[in-house]
Amino acid sequence: MPNQMHAQRRRPGPGKLDPGELDALDRRLLDTYQRGLPVVAEPYRALAERLHTTEDEILNRLARLHALGVISRAGPVFDHARAGASLLAAVAANDDERDAVAAKINRAPGVNHNYLRDAARGFNLWFVMTAPDEAELEARLEALEQRLGRAVLRLPMLESFHIDLAFPLPWDELDRHAVAEGA
Amino acid sequence: MSRTDAERRLRGLLEKGLPLTPRPWQTLAAQAGMSEDEALACARRWQDDGLIKRMGLVVRHRRLGMAANAMVVWDIADKRVSEVGRALAAEPAVTLCYRRPRRLPDWPYNLFCMIHGVRRERVLAELRAIIERQALANTAHQVLFSQHAYRQHGARYTREETT
Repeated sequence: MPNQMHAQRRRPGPGKLDPGELDALDRRLLDTYQRGLPVVAEPYRALAERLHTTEDEILNRLARLHALGVISRAGPVFDHARAGASLLAAVAANDDERDAVAAKINRAPGVNHNYLRDAARGFNLWFVMTAPDEAELEARLEALEQRLGRAVLRLPMLESFHIDLAFPLPWDELDRHAVAEGA
Repeated sequence: MSRTDAERRLRGLLEKGLPLTPRPWQTLAAQAGMSEDEALACARRWQDDGLIKRMGLVVRHRRLGMAANAMVVWDIADKRVSEVGRALAAEPAVTLCYRRPRRLPDWPYNLFCMIHGVRRERVLAELRAIIERQALANTAHQVLFSQHAYRQHGARYTREETT
């Protein structure tokens, strides 16, 4: 691919945002508040004070980050193991049927994080299913197996060593990669 | 409405996030049928007892270009799996690490960890460094990069939200 370093920034690849769309304050918001959003009556005012800006500015920024698809929400992340029943599951699907199988999985209640992955032992569709309790979870899995006409590999969590999904964003690498791609 | 019902409703509302208004807890509390102070007290209690593991912005990493999302699955001797799990979780590049059951003969792997990055090469380089540091060169493992997200959103546990 020709070097695009000096070219004007182009549109990013499908599903990706040009990190150039996010300025220094956006980045500080994302770096500072993936955790530690204060549980107070006026949380956005508290963020504004810490970041030396106004509450209106913070609310506008968060609304824009949400509209851009950079954040899915501001709020709590519940502990899967304590918030209800949850399970990592996998099924094996051939290339020609996997979109249809994935669509059926998506339609099942309680499914989130449904991914196509490189196959291991033939299992290439990986999803998390949640339910209010174990009995409901098992009922949902059995119903899904009926609809799919195949077995679902059930891999419940037995022990959690690390359950924090927040991590620092590698802004330099994201910027470099976007420029290299001509994003 | 009982206190328990109101709390259950508040939890369901919280799974969708705080409204972007100056008094978000007031809005949610009114919808759940409690006062703003009660809603805040509830959330603090859930934080203290670990039901809420973090409170903040939930980032969609893929949208930002963190497209290399590797699930690494390992076959670790059962007597060592907890020890190795703790060691992997302490690696800065590892964002999640869980022990899960084998399902023989279909599935021999009992430890799972996630490594997220901008590019596959960097993630694989991180993995090689981890294998070296943790002396896992002779441990069977596979790397399952995500190719496509059919769905990616937060878990919804409450009964009303899951139909």
